[in-house]
Amino acid sequence: MSVQYGTAWALQDITAAFPGGAVGLLGPNGAGKSTMIKALLGLVTPDRGEMRVLGLDVRTAPLQIRTRIGYMPETDAHIPGMNAVSFVAYCGELAGLPRADAMQRAHEVLHYVGLGEARYRNTETYSAGMKQRIKLAQALVHDPDVLFLDEPTNGMDPKGREEMLDLVRDIARNKGLNVIVSSHLLPDVDATCDHVIVLDKGRVAAQGPIEGLKGHGGRVFELRVKGGGKDGDRFADVLRAAGLECHGTDEDVMRVFVPDGRGARDLFHLAAQQGMQVRHLRPSVPTLEDVFVDAVGEKA
Amino acid sequence: MPIHDQGYRRYGGRRELHGRAWWVIARAGLLERVRERRFLALLLFAWSPFIVRAVQIYVSANFTQASFLAPSAATFREFLDQQSLFLFFVTIYAGSGLIANDRRANALQIYLSKPLTRVEYVAGKLLTLSIFLTAVTWVPAMLLLLLQVMFAGSTAFLRNNLFLVPAITVFCSIQVLVSSLAMLALSSLSKSRRFVAIMYAGVIFFAAATYQVLRAITGSTAWAWISPEDTVDVLGDAIFGLPPGAALPLPAAVLVVAVLAAGSAFILERRVRPVDIVT
Repeated sequence: MSVQYGTAWALQDITAAFPGGAVGLLGPNGAGKSTMIKALLGLVTPDRGEMRVLGLDVRTAPLQIRTRIGYMPETDAHIPGMNAVSFVAYCGELAGLPRADAMQRAHEVLHYVGLGEARYRNTETYSAGMKQRIKLAQALVHDPDVLFLDEPTNGMDPKGREEMLDLVRDIARNKGLNVIVSSHLLPDVDATCDHVIVLDKGRVAAQGPIEGLKGHGGRVFELRVKGGGKDGDRFADVLRAAGLECHGTDEDVMRVFVPDGRGARDLFHLAAQQGMQVRHLRPSVPTLEDVFVDAVGEKA
Repeated sequence: MPIHDQGYRRYGGRRELHGRAWWVIARAGLLERVRERRFLALLLFAWSPFIVRAVQIYVSANFTQASFLAPSAATFREFLDQQSLFLFFVTIYAGSGLIANDRRANALQIYLSKPLTRVEYVAGKLLTLSIFLTAVTWVPAMLLLLLQVMFAGSTAFLRNNLFLVPAITVFCSIQVLVSSLAMLALSSLSKSRRFVAIMYAGVIFFAAATYQVLRAITGSTAWAWISPEDTVDVLGDAIFGLPPGAALPLPAAVLVVAVLAAGSAFILERRVRPVDIVT
């Protein structure tokens, strides 16, 4: 499918499938994640191709789609003048629940997300972490089949972030909901999702099970050479010319992917040839960041 | 549900069909407003002319010396003219924040990600304001008509002025619709309720002042089309079969009101959009 805004293609010839369970949606700014989200919500119809959500065509059944989807927006969003219970119950009613059921569900989901004690407070007095929880609650109240979470840990402290990630894992693995997590925080996606779709410049750069994408059939090393900076960049070019994938991270450390049949000796040999000193070499494990960088070709 | 079992549960209950969200939105808006004492006081104060008129009708019906107070068709037109002041204040109080507050709180993201259309959202907001405006225009006017029948003990007045029922209904509908649409459109342009209120008052007063200045300069009341209030008054005079208060042709007045309504609808269509909700 493709989506065009004016003369620009926001999504171009995308062929992707969001399998059941938890799927991460990754991509740099301008990759088309927002457009993909709008399309999933049935708010934007594809200019070319077909898009189906839960078997429903986004062109012909956008309202039915939104009945079965829960959306947790990235930015702060609430209905002014309401306390948490009223807000979540109101959202339940808007999603089609009868009034009494919506109120009961509101209490249940607010307890579930950890706002049980604060549910009678006005939402405008909530902290950043509480606001994230209530956004999740309003997305859950009508028991959607697909839950879309846009930056679910935005603005949360480390403890709150862990609790939110626990909730997302519980929802996806134990409660039978399908979850799509859009986040710039790769550890969050790595911690909660089984599959990932990486977008770049309106196209799918990588998709598949995270463990499968991480596996290079080789080894990963963290490497730093003396001098860093330009010397590091020059050595990275040498490594690539020798057929070894590598990308830089912060603090002048490179991550080098060594295929089967080669090892650390090759790295030392190449450094010796260039007259460079290896100051740090440590085996590592493939991460989602490696997948992301490999897919979009830049630092995360 | 037992307190100890407060985990997430799947919902197996009934789900309503689409198309009732407008009422959910309207009901929430109505309840939010009536919880405010100041607004309730305004509504009650808006009924004070009704009480005065009701007393006049009672006195005229029961005391021959007060027969000069007997109502005529023009009485109801005058009453609605008086109520236009309360229409203005209720529009500002109840209407200025309807969409502006939602924009300030990013609530449109929440609304339009639910299974409801933009039309339902606007219809719900429109209904909220329309109900309050109807409560200070059509409802007291119709009650006055009913009181006239009750106090007089006969339906003679009503039978002789049967046109009053549709006239009051049509004129109040025009007043309510024009005011509601215009206020909603302005509310969609800003995130500040106060700014919307100032904009609305400014448009009304500036237009009325401009009309008066042009009228003073040229001596012609045909400039009434500039002022929405005076244009609606021309329509009201025509609906009640009274001599027009301004020399504005009726088709021109209808056109002005139609353009106002269409312009408001256009602004709402441009400002209440789902595609902006995901940032």
